[in-house]
Amino acid sequence: MTDPWLSARVLVRRPAFTLDVEFTAEHGEVVAVIGPNGAGKSTLLGVLAGLLVPDGGEIRLGDRVVTAPGLHVPPHRRGVGLLAQQAMLFPHLTALANVAFGPRAHGVPRAAAEARARELLAAVDAADLAHRRPARMSGGQQQRVALARALAPRPELLLLDEPLAALDVDAAPAMRSLLRRLVRAERQTALLVTHDALDALVLADRVVVLTDGRIVEQGPTREVLARPRSAFTARIAGLDLVPGVALADGLRTADGTTVAGRLDGVAVGEPAVAVFPPAAVSVFAQEPKGSPRNVFPVRLAAIEPRGDVVRLRASAVPGGPGWVDGLAADVTPAAVADLGLEPGMVLWFAVKAAETAVYPAR
Amino acid sequence: MTTDRPAPRVRRSDDHARGVALPGLLWVPAAAAFALIALPVVGLVLRADWARLPDLLLSESALTALRLSLETAAISTVLCILLGGPLAAVLARGRKRWLRWIRPLVLLPLVLPPVVGGLALLFLLGRMGLLGRVLDTWFGITVPFTTAAVVLAQTFVALPFLVVSLEGALRTAGDRYEAVAATLGASPWLAFRRVTVPLVLPGLASGTVLAFARCMGEFGATIAFAGSLEGVTRTLPLLVYLERETDTDAAIALSLLIVVVAVLVIAIARPRGADGLR
Repeated sequence: MTDPWLSARVLVRRPAFTLDVEFTAEHGEVVAVIGPNGAGKSTLLGVLAGLLVPDGGEIRLGDRVVTAPGLHVPPHRRGVGLLAQQAMLFPHLTALANVAFGPRAHGVPRAAAEARARELLAAVDAADLAHRRPARMSGGQQQRVALARALAPRPELLLLDEPLAALDVDAAPAMRSLLRRLVRAERQTALLVTHDALDALVLADRVVVLTDGRIVEQGPTREVLARPRSAFTARIAGLDLVPGVALADGLRTADGTTVAGRLDGVAVGEPAVAVFPPAAVSVFAQEPKGSPRNVFPVRLAAIEPRGDVVRLRASAVPGGPGWVDGLAADVTPAAVADLGLEPGMVLWFAVKAAETAVYPAR
Repeated sequence: MTTDRPAPRVRRSDDHARGVALPGLLWVPAAAAFALIALPVVGLVLRADWARLPDLLLSESALTALRLSLETAAISTVLCILLGGPLAAVLARGRKRWLRWIRPLVLLPLVLPPVVGGLALLFLLGRMGLLGRVLDTWFGITVPFTTAAVVLAQTFVALPFLVVSLEGALRTAGDRYEAVAATLGASPWLAFRRVTVPLVLPGLASGTVLAFARCMGEFGATIAFAGSLEGVTRTLPLLVYLERETDTDAAIALSLLIVVVAVLVIAIARPRGADGLR
């Protein structure tokens, strides 16, 4: 087995927080890093870029060690590019000069640097902006120029720190397809921090889930998002997740409730999660009698319109199971009107056992 | 693409704006403050002997003093930029802990009476002074009561003006652009030249104007450290002070000249770069 192209072990200790992760990436691979706010994603990118010095660990890019105890290669000699949420184009330079900045810094003669900049501006559909300053561009235009600028010095590793988060809904899809074309299709090794399952699915080969400074799960994007093992990943993937221990026909939660489901690769007694889509949840104003086996009382916490469905977000009722907190149910707008739904109401969520998958938590 | 329209530019003079009203009461002290600045100049203008003005201003001593003032102020301002610029950068970006003890000391010339500053310079660089003795015995150099002393005195009093406004500009700009430059492969020195300096150019410009104006008006430190020798150390403010005793009309004429130079400095060199950058 050959060594992976990028290997990183990073330890950062802060008074209220410890980042302790270890991961790898192959050359040409895009790895998405997802996790809740404060999980340590930006700290991790800062360490990889060389802008932060970790308390321990080692980072290797290809055959170069860039971070090790007593060794810190400064950011400008790492060949690690960065595209952040804000475009951060140099305000005193035109788009062309912004993109040519990297090659110029590497000693490329002006004419050649500008030729490369023009080529990249054309690639990000911004050729007509070449002589504009950032103040006269829209947010979407700035971010496309910033992508061209980040790619211009041909970074060995590109860090993408929520590159779509600050864009409005009209500009984000164009930027997403640009990233797919110029990063993923070009086999540019990259690390993508995102909050969005769609970004991860479209752009990343693999996903690393970071929570409280630790990696809680990782794997091929599709697998991780289809079979989440942590509450955060389930939420990103738009699925409901209940943790517990596997039974013969379902799962027992920490407070002793039973959730019926079909077992998938998990042995009885093992830590497991029960996962079902919000669309599989039926909602009742009174406790239903009859068929569904999984029925639990919830308090309606929030009503979120999502396209042609309405997502109901649950919280726990006093005396009821605590794990319902955060569960989602998708219903039609008509159902919201029929049930007279209002936040604070007590409802009953019902899920068919056939819709519930139970698989190992690790 | 239809969604990519340029961001709307900020409207400058806005006659439609009816935001939060300014309390009417503020106009009274504001007017008094402006009067305090403007009326003395009006007084000078009214009191001036306009018939003799050309003769008074074109006199040998006035022209000599004007030339000396402009030359020394220009050299001092350049020194302020060359020394104060790096000092501001170190104060704003340096990570050493002891730097925060240095910062208040930089303001010293701003709060010290200039005469005291001049005396301090004299005790340092005078023939019996700490450094002056060395310069005198080893190199035969005497600083006090020379044009170099004028330049030193002006630089001493004007430095804080440049350092403070430039440090403020550096802090406001932050170091995020430099971080981006580094990820693009720019060494710290390249990032400083091509990113930091252009970004704080408006702050540097206004600091330079302030420093130049302070140099032109410098009196106390100069007279204490450089004396008042015609053609060597007698700058315009010193000449005004001298003429005040013997020829009031001449003093007023020279004062008007200083006012004109000051207004010109503000009008010509007023920083405009700030508009283009955001």
